[in-house]
Amino acid sequence: MRRERCDMSEVEGGERGGAGGGDGAGDGVADAPPPFSDRVLENVLENVLQFLSSPRDRNAASLVCRSWYRAEAQTRRELFIGNCYAVSPRRATERFRCIRAVVLKGKPRFADFNLVPSNWGAHFHPWVSTMAAAYPWLEKLCLKRISVADGDLSLLAHSFPNFKELSLICCEGFGTAGLAIIAEKCRHLRVLDLIEDCVEDEEDETVDWISRFPGTTTSLESLGFDCVGSAVNFEALEALVARSPALRWLRVNHHVSVEQLRRLMARAPQLTHLGTGSFGSAAAAAPLLQGGGSSVEDLAWTFAASKSLVCLSGFRDVEPHYLPAIHPVCANLTSLNFSFAEVTAEELEPVIRRCHNLQNFWVLDTVGDEGLQAVAATCKDLRELKVFPLDPREDSEGSVSDVGLIAISEGCRKLRSILYFCQQMTNAAVITMSQNCQDLVVFRLCIMGRRRPDHWTGEPMDEGFGAIVMNCKKLRRLAVSGLLTDKAFAYIGEYGKLVRTLSVAFAGNSDLGLRYVLEGCNKLQKLEIRDSPFGDSALLSGLHHYYNMRFVWMSSCKLSPRGCKVVAQMLPLLVVEVIRDRDEDHDNEAVSKLYMYRSLAGSRNDAPSFVEIL
Amino acid sequence: MESTMVEKRHDYSLGFEETELRLGLPGDGEATKKRGFSETIDLKLKLQTVDSKDIEAEAEKMKRSASQKNLLACSNDPEKPPAPKAQVVGWPPVRSFRKNIMSVQSDKGNKEEGEKSATFVKVSMDGAPYLRKIDLKMYRSYQELSVALEKMFSSFTIGNCSSQGIKGRDFMNESKLMDLINGSEYVPTYEDKDGDWMLVGDVPWEMFIDSCKRLRIMKGSEAIGLAPKAMEKCKNKS
Repeated sequence: MRRERCDMSEVEGGERGGAGGGDGAGDGVADAPPPFSDRVLENVLENVLQFLSSPRDRNAASLVCRSWYRAEAQTRRELFIGNCYAVSPRRATERFRCIRAVVLKGKPRFADFNLVPSNWGAHFHPWVSTMAAAYPWLEKLCLKRISVADGDLSLLAHSFPNFKELSLICCEGFGTAGLAIIAEKCRHLRVLDLIEDCVEDEEDETVDWISRFPGTTTSLESLGFDCVGSAVNFEALEALVARSPALRWLRVNHHVSVEQLRRLMARAPQLTHLGTGSFGSAAAAAPLLQGGGSSVEDLAWTFAASKSLVCLSGFRDVEPHYLPAIHPVCANLTSLNFSFAEVTAEELEPVIRRCHNLQNFWVLDTVGDEGLQAVAATCKDLRELKVFPLDPREDSEGSVSDVGLIAISEGCRKLRSILYFCQQMTNAAVITMSQNCQDLVVFRLCIMGRRRPDHWTGEPMDEGFGAIVMNCKKLRRLAVSGLLTDKAFAYIGEYGKLVRTLSVAFAGNSDLGLRYVLEGCNKLQKLEIRDSPFGDSALLSGLHHYYNMRFVWMSSCKLSPRGCKVVAQMLPLLVVEVIRDRDEDHDNEAVSKLYMYRSLAGSRNDAPSFVEIL
Repeated sequence: MESTMVEKRHDYSLGFEETELRLGLPGDGEATKKRGFSETIDLKLKLQTVDSKDIEAEAEKMKRSASQKNLLACSNDPEKPPAPKAQVVGWPPVRSFRKNIMSVQSDKGNKEEGEKSATFVKVSMDGAPYLRKIDLKMYRSYQELSVALEKMFSSFTIGNCSSQGIKGRDFMNESKLMDLINGSEYVPTYEDKDGDWMLVGDVPWEMFIDSCKRLRIMKGSEAIGLAPKAMEKCKNKS
């Protein structure tokens, strides 16, 4: 999937920041031109290196010697920046002169859960203005958790005449006005993907951006706007789809009714990926076959005609009686996202029973354990499962439990990635999964009640997570929850040798827990911890490793300013940010939020007043 | 001084506990305690705290008192049935993007269990650099809401604009309102379904959460325009 590069690609690889890696060869390398013979060698090298695509391989190549460093810098076409503050835009653009594609990631992931105050940073502006001058031939941009303003989008649209692909994931700060400029000015646009962004306009200032695409045949291949809150001009959308023969991915927002969806699908029977919008009738009040409502049969015919569909999502206001319409395409589906669809096990069963080839399935816990059993019975090829809570509160009634987890583990042996929200869990179920699903690379279990123990035995969840790290030898990403003692972390430190990303919340007893992890997990790159009793001595036990990491986040732990200062002093290339909540005392002894990351750029100059850089 | 003394006591009691049964790995020494008293209480009580910081503070208090085996230091009565928990910021870790969508969808009234859906509204305060979002259904009275807002925006006070939590039927008395308006106090207002800005506290709580679209905590001086309406109502009722 094209998008995998932008996702937190735990299952793939290539995470070492392009600019963070090979700079050991020194600065000022581009200055003196090498002697003639070397230049010949470099030309040869360049011709060879252009076939090297993985950032890791390229970083390695750049470390061989100066000549290789130069050649690699000349031939690198894709720039991956895992932390926008790890390197300055100027430095990145000076080293790599011929970049065509950039991936840029900003805020720490906990920003998604309101733990990072707004205006913290990760602004697109300095990057886009530097790149506007340095990379006039830029074609692709993927931004994740970046603050993007309409003005930035305008600068982008005006600066890159050959611009082709824009993906914005979990970004905010822009509105339909920015989208309109992109649509209008980027005449070669192939991809416009808006994924879980916050697209907000001032009241009454929504712009009809869909109408701004060129009136001639477009080169659009992918258009995704399911996160845009405002309705789009449907006639313009339909006309756009009709004049975009290359369109394969279309994801509409929830304002598009099922009748409108039919019209779009009729215009684009070649679609492979479809976001279905509301999947409810616009004539919701009217009975099915009267006047405005679409009949299930008609809808099914439309789906049957879309023979290329492999991925379905949307279903935001799904009316269950429309679900059978997707039966004709189920057998071809590799991805199905029902995570906004409130369907019961009964409603799910006839659909999922037909999805033999499903590899990715996202669903709401309204389907219950029974629904998951149906998944396990059919989807033998399942690689990724995400079960989201309908009611995301700690004391809501849960509908999925250890039963569902066991069923999945028994039916879906090829599972690689799981995200599972539940209200109760047992060690036995987690152990079973660890034994059945040995290919697991990502295991994220969220028991929604804080510090909740095994609901059968009353014991901590240590043994379950211990089994996961012991048995799943390919594990790279782990998120833990429930009642956990330091023992769980001892297991993680001892067995989780490949773990790169670890998320911890409300867990552990003492500094030992964090020490086990920092001393044991030598591949650890991203660590995010909240509300756990880890203090300064634990923090200091990781000094040997922090330069190898992308970031460490610790909030509501037991850190003091003194401990954080020591880290900052011992590791000068580490930026140590202490973030204050607005309503906090300034003399408060405890550090409420610590965010630290390696950086070649030193302290950033755009830090707001509530961020203190030690 | 005091804190170091407490710490010393803490260390002593840990020393005595060395021979006790514990969950940590053997040979851990002082650093590992058995599962803290705070966690046990937390499981059963569902402490009523607004954010994670408070929980840390509570846990801190309880750990110290636990080491002194002083059960009475627990600030909540263990006998009380668990009240619905106020939300901890960012927990469970569901993206706000998703939380907002699910709450909008449930507002459409398709669900049978309407009571379980959430009603998130934006809360802005004049002078604050960013807004917050709260779920009105987490609270059962103006008093609870007032406490929560107070914690969020600690420099403001709702004052006693609502009743003393008695079903919100008592209306503001004139003199208190004048105090509020004339002072530099903040006043909570809300936008209702018709788009009008109203003073919080006028209508019964249930009606309020049904009609409230967003909250704004205004400077008292700016709320003057709203006062006459409320005052008229007061006059009519009293």
